[in-house]
Amino acid sequence: MRFALSEDQTLLQDSLSRTLADLSPLERVRRFADENQAAAPDIWAGLSELGLPGLLVPEEYGGLGLGLVEAALAAEALGRVVAPTPFLGSAVLAPLALMLAGTDEQKSRWLPKLASGEAIAGVAISEPIAGARENAGVAAANGRVTGTALFALDTAGADLLIVADRTGGLHLTQLAHSAEPMPSIDATRPLCQLTFSDTPAEPLASNQALERLRDAAWVMLAADTLGAAQSMLDKAVAYAKERKQFGRTIGSFQAVKHLCAEMAAELEPARALVWYAAYAFDKAPDEAPLMAAHAKAHLSEIGRFVARTSTEVHGGIGMTDLLGLHYWFKRIGQNRQLLGGPERVRETAARLQGLIA
Amino acid sequence: MDLTLTPELTAFRDEVRAFLAAHADQHEGGAPKDPKAWQKLLIDNGYAARTIPKAYGGYGAEPDILKSRIIAEAFIEANAPRGMAGQGISMLVPTLLEVGSEEQKTRWIGPTLRGEIIWCQGYSEPGAGSDLANLQTKAVEDGDDFLISGSKIWTSTAMQAQMIFCLVRTEPKAAKHEGISYILFPMSTPGIEVRPLKSMTGQAEFNEVFFTDVRVPKANVVGGRGRGWFVANTTLKHERGMLGDPNATEARLKSLIELMRRETVDGQRIIDNPIFRDRLMQLQARVLSMKFNGLRTMTDDTAGLARMVVKLQGCELNHQVAALAIDALGELGILYHDGPHLRAKGNWQRNYMFDLGLIIGGGTAQIQKNIISERGLGMPREPKVVEA
Repeated sequence: MRFALSEDQTLLQDSLSRTLADLSPLERVRRFADENQAAAPDIWAGLSELGLPGLLVPEEYGGLGLGLVEAALAAEALGRVVAPTPFLGSAVLAPLALMLAGTDEQKSRWLPKLASGEAIAGVAISEPIAGARENAGVAAANGRVTGTALFALDTAGADLLIVADRTGGLHLTQLAHSAEPMPSIDATRPLCQLTFSDTPAEPLASNQALERLRDAAWVMLAADTLGAAQSMLDKAVAYAKERKQFGRTIGSFQAVKHLCAEMAAELEPARALVWYAAYAFDKAPDEAPLMAAHAKAHLSEIGRFVARTSTEVHGGIGMTDLLGLHYWFKRIGQNRQLLGGPERVRETAARLQGLIA
Repeated sequence: MDLTLTPELTAFRDEVRAFLAAHADQHEGGAPKDPKAWQKLLIDNGYAARTIPKAYGGYGAEPDILKSRIIAEAFIEANAPRGMAGQGISMLVPTLLEVGSEEQKTRWIGPTLRGEIIWCQGYSEPGAGSDLANLQTKAVEDGDDFLISGSKIWTSTAMQAQMIFCLVRTEPKAAKHEGISYILFPMSTPGIEVRPLKSMTGQAEFNEVFFTDVRVPKANVVGGRGRGWFVANTTLKHERGMLGDPNATEARLKSLIELMRRETVDGQRIIDNPIFRDRLMQLQARVLSMKFNGLRTMTDDTAGLARMVVKLQGCELNHQVAALAIDALGELGILYHDGPHLRAKGNWQRNYMFDLGLIIGGGTAQIQKNIISERGLGMPREPKVVEA
């Protein structure tokens, strides 16, 4: 037994971090956000060279055939640099949906293209997971879908869409009647409102698949927050070691260094929870839903604490657009609400253990 | 990440479970019927004093953290009491193994392990708490002996203890950290007075100990004269690991969940109240984090920071679990001492109060944060105050 990353996993983490430092520096993220770009094909192309889009896709379909632990490490690395990529939809949720519920023909048609990065997949599963707002939701009948899906992920330039209907059934479609941007706090991951009007859609086979998608998405959002929060802690520590007031570096004041210690003390055990949740998804399916729920809810709480505390350690400069710390703050804020805020997710955690009558 | 057990470890787990099943009649309600006999049985089978060499009265196994964990889990599962864990066994024995002389190891470790000698720890003083190295209890040379005078505080089990391991200042002219020695002596030595120190729990978990010209042979120093600070730090490391033990927290959370499923208000179970349920789930996520963090610290070389946060986070979490239990009990939660309505013998309230002592003791939360930020995050130390 070993609760630690393997050599291969550490290598993956290192090569991703190095590549992302070049592909997605703060200036690139800022340009993406300021120009309201919907997609950053340059970044995705660079990551495709490493095989990132095909991380979870089986080797027979041209992917790397790795598991959710590796995907969590990737999500963490992306969160660290707040990279604008369609990783969650295109590399995690859509391939999983196809692998769990697709026919051989659907898999052959889409998995190789997704794995190479040639095709992008958007995912609209918010309503059956986070609950429907403003009567949104999609109804399906006779190979067609109708209705509205809010908070759709990674739809920009998407070649296919995975859509969940109100009852949790999954559908594969290639176009929506309309796609309206939903501007959010986090400009690094654009969201969309999709409208379907008697739109042709192929049903995917199993209803259970949505639960697995939910678990995977929760672990990915938790891992993304882990990376973003780690980055915010690192930045706070670096700033506190540099900034001088009263003739000393502010990091020598206990009032400041204790804030940093509190962030580290919250984050470090949370890392083990994220790793375990990802591991359970791959190897211990009975435990996976509960662990995914706890990882999502807990990292939402820890993330919020680190985001505000790191900003505070930076003082006034932490609030400025110039410093750019806010991209991390907002990324963490978006992860918290996406696909269910912590209160809702914890209700699921309780239900999964039979703690709700 | 590979959390599967090898066939060897699976067989080992079966062996531990079989042992526990065969001896289930020797304990009741989580406590052994005959503590010394139970301790001997555990040592003989390798479930206590496991890695301590046979020559010193241990079982003599190679250190194996996974086997240790399997033993810990099997004991929790069977609600079986672990081996004795007083300050002698948890702190003195590892220290002697690391820095004791051959004579000291042979003389003290065996009887300590068997529960024949109870020890207390003489570290803190009224003027030396977080700043432990400021301790003033002095040991003055007198021939082959020291004459020890001064006082200690927060000394657990001083009333029962036959022996004390104690920090005293033997080199008054040396620098603060270099004038201290770690010394052992009997509590029956003339000149020692113990006064119980009643705490907010209503019990005297701690004592004050006063020394007046207590005569102790110089040969009783462990690890060399003037080396006491460094010797003590090896012990503190063991203490901090013990204080944040995630297995204990997990067991406590289990009791809390049972409590919330069982207790009712106006006929509604506490667990069916969404506010309490939400608080429970928040704590459960924390308990799981600390559990996996614990697994990681055992097998991951990159887990330095993960190890450093255990005392701070674990003690706080224990306190929070007790706090939720009290809140969940509502007005019943304030009952204490005895009475027909009292739950769990008042343990939730007692733990809630006593845990505060554990947050403070063994290096306060603030000292832990200094350690995390300075050693873990590489932040600068507080500048020394220059005396005018």
